Amino acid sequence: MKFATDRKRVVGLGSAGSGTGHFWTMTVTSVALLALTPIFVFTFGPLLGQPYEAVIVALGHPLRALIMALMIIVGLHHFRLGIQTVIEDYTGGLTRKASLIAFSIISYGLMATGLFAIAKLAF
Amino acid sequence: MVELTLPKNSQITTGKTWPKPEGATNLRKFQIYRWNPDDGQNPRVDTYWVDMDSCGPMVLDALIKIKNEIDPTLTFRRSCREGICGSCAMNIDGINTLACIYGMDEIKGDVKIYPLPHMPVVKDLIPDLTHFYAQHASIMPWLETKTQRPEKEWRQSIEDRKKLDGLYECVMCASCSTSCPSYWWNGDRYLGPAALLHAYRWIIDSRDEATGERLDELEDPFKLYRCHTIMNCTKTCPKGLNPAKAIANIKKMMVERQL
Repeated sequence: MKFATDRKRVVGLGSAGSGTGHFWTMTVTSVALLALTPIFVFTFGPLLGQPYEAVIVALGHPLRALIMALMIIVGLHHFRLGIQTVIEDYTGGLTRKASLIAFSIISYGLMATGLFAIAKLAF
Repeated sequence: MVELTLPKNSQITTGKTWPKPEGATNLRKFQIYRWNPDDGQNPRVDTYWVDMDSCGPMVLDALIKIKNEIDPTLTFRRSCREGICGSCAMNIDGINTLACIYGMDEIKGDVKIYPLPHMPVVKDLIPDLTHFYAQHASIMPWLETKTQRPEKEWRQSIEDRKKLDGLYECVMCASCSTSCPSYWWNGDRYLGPAALLHAYRWIIDSRDEATGERLDELEDPFKLYRCHTIMNCTKTCPKGLNPAKAIANIKKMMVERQL
């Protein structure tokens, strides 16, 4: 690259043809979380300090299970997209690619675990 | 990629303190970044004392006075001295601005002057803007048309012309781009606020027929979407423009053509 022209360096590999999807999904999940977060807090806040059995019964209720499932899906999807932005901002090369894969595994792993736990409590 | 510390050969040392002018009673202290590519030394900060009774009101007046009367080796760009050419952009008192239109009365205490941040330095206060200019060229800063050229001019309504206000005034001084952390970390791929403001100036131009192609070119996670609305660009612009709003409008158009 040492002898490449400045224009060549700016053009690089050209436009990736993506980015708006990520931006729009971040916006949509943000709006969803804006509504979901207070609902989540008011639904599960009162369970703090309750005995184990009472919490298990409460989480088995269909509406509460649905709110918890939505929070897990939307929240972790938003988290994955957000962390992708941070990784792209602050890292490069192999670290960038490895971190993106690692955080996808963490996000979707947590999502699957959470949904499995809800299903087990509900059924 | 992010760099939180300066490389060893860029770490700034204390430089020379130049003698105070004789007989002056109204003195002001200037601390100015110096670096000479030919002497193999690290950058340093030199201290100068300027007699304010015989100096103009702007920072550029003081820089010219220092160069003329104290240290002729001090190197900086300047031309129009009225905020039109954008040559004298530098970091003054922690703000990227134009030395010619920044009054010294706006600064409390010592006047600290550095080159625009996170750019390669050519010498002293002169940053290397080659990549910045190449980025500007890449957004096709001209009217693109496919329709046969009219006999007279391309016509535009008064309302459509008004949409260019706040965009065409940009003098490409690079104050905004070099104040943007995203541009610091990923300036090789992110176009930066100045180039994107110019891109929007042509996207929104009612006479331009390459709107789609222009948006296609910007459809990229790095070229456009490294902007996280930090707003440093808008805060620092010495011409009072709003690059952050222009970028937000491009993003809005990107979404509009997909939904």
